[in-house]
Amino acid sequence: MNILSVRGLDAFIGGQQILHDVGFDVAGRGVTALLGRNGVGKTTTLKAVLGLVRRRGEVLLDGVRIDGDRTHRIVARGVGYVPEDREIFARLTVAENLELAARTDHPDRQLVDRLFPELGERARQAAGTLSGGQQQMVALARVLQNENRLLLVDEPTKGLAPRVVGEVADAIALAAQRVPVLLVEQDLRVVTRLARDVVVMAEGRVVHTGPAPELLADRDLVQRLLGVHRRTAA
Amino acid sequence: MSTVVLLTVTGLGLGGLYFLVASGLSLIYGLMRVLNFAHGAFLTLGAYVGYQAGRHVGGGASWSAFTVMLIVGTATGALLALLTELLLVRRLYERVIEQVLVTVGVGLGLVALVNGTWGADARPFPAPAWMGRTTTMLGARIPNNRLVCIAVAGAVLVGLLALLNRTHHGLIIRAGVENRTMVSALGIDVQRSFTAVFVIGGAAAGLGGVLAALYNGSVTPGMGDSLLIFAFIVVVIGGLGSISGSAVAALVVALLQQFTNYYGVSGLGDFVVVLALAGVLLVRPAGLFGRAA
Repeated sequence: MNILSVRGLDAFIGGQQILHDVGFDVAGRGVTALLGRNGVGKTTTLKAVLGLVRRRGEVLLDGVRIDGDRTHRIVARGVGYVPEDREIFARLTVAENLELAARTDHPDRQLVDRLFPELGERARQAAGTLSGGQQQMVALARVLQNENRLLLVDEPTKGLAPRVVGEVADAIALAAQRVPVLLVEQDLRVVTRLARDVVVMAEGRVVHTGPAPELLADRDLVQRLLGVHRRTAA
Repeated sequence: MSTVVLLTVTGLGLGGLYFLVASGLSLIYGLMRVLNFAHGAFLTLGAYVGYQAGRHVGGGASWSAFTVMLIVGTATGALLALLTELLLVRRLYERVIEQVLVTVGVGLGLVALVNGTWGADARPFPAPAWMGRTTTMLGARIPNNRLVCIAVAGAVLVGLLALLNRTHHGLIIRAGVENRTMVSALGIDVQRSFTAVFVIGGAAAGLGGVLAALYNGSVTPGMGDSLLIFAFIVVVIGGLGSISGSAVAALVVALLQQFTNYYGVSGLGDFVVVLALAGVLLVRPAGLFGRAA
């Protein structure tokens, strides 16, 4: 059973069409990686699913159309979003960032404490003063503390130190045991470790879907679709 | 010495009026990116409707009448803001030119309504006799109505800061000022906060209208527009979206005006304020308490 189905999705930013007839499914478990070169529309696809950009087409969450809903209603249905560049609230404290994002009175703070113990120590610190890695932890913790049906995670390892990349990948792997994840990721090591399925985009269109190991094992296909050599990327 | 005290307290009273107008403008722009040019008209109509309601209570020159004026003026500002947001501004988010045209139009329309209803001439504003007396402080005889303006504006400042810093709704507003799109992406209906902020701003303007009438001793159709100009300057100097910045900037602007007008040339204060605005924009474009984009 698919948790997310996208059919005939077009999206527009500033009057320019970015996505063209995009269609794919996200399985009800594990990580589906959304791949492609820079600027092919991966981030726009996540935003279009959430209604953050103007779009037309069908988006179904667990078989129910959500493309007519406003963003906050889509999220309230159980779609957690970790945006590119984190977008934490810099002037709010770590605790306030988490409080703001809690969708119930009883968020799973124990999970957050287990995954990111240093956030507890910095609860009263302004989030804008944290390191990039710590800010990413806040962005993930905001979402993981809630009961979700699907996570949309956009380039969570971008610009992070190798040690922090491992921690972030650990957190996503743990989250993926409980909830399916649609992950935009450039680091093929992370994709190799986490992804069960892949959707590859080029020029605003889906050009390949299938099992992740199948794509990653085909060096020529990786080179052609992603523009990177599998070995050098890893 | 007594002159300095008198100018300072009078400046604080005027600063209180600026703050009541600027705080709403600042929050509305900070959260919604809407420049509300109708805000001065909310103030004017709040003053007139409050004045009209108060006149029916003991002739208007009593404490009960003044209390009625404050309540009705505040409610009028809030109601006007609610209607403006629900019927007009809500349809125009992200459309800056249309927002400016519509809010300017609403402002002109409301002032025309005041002119048509109450006439263009200033009307004396009735107030309890105590307001017309003075209280001696450090050798200066301070008009009591200035002290009331300071006290009410101070209470509004404390209330707004408590709302912003101690409540969940305030947390949403503070986050929305930083990044309203992300607030939506966390599952929060930021539209409700837009409406709430617009109403809070309108209420503060309506309250400011009654206090401005008390400060000036009269109501006039142009009272909102003249305060609005300085309120915009206060908002820019203080930093868009910052209540504390608006409070500090309101005091700075008002004190600059008072002291310059007294010790310099009468009328020069407004020019000095514009110079201060230019200086802040050059040195710190985001304002004293604002954050660079």
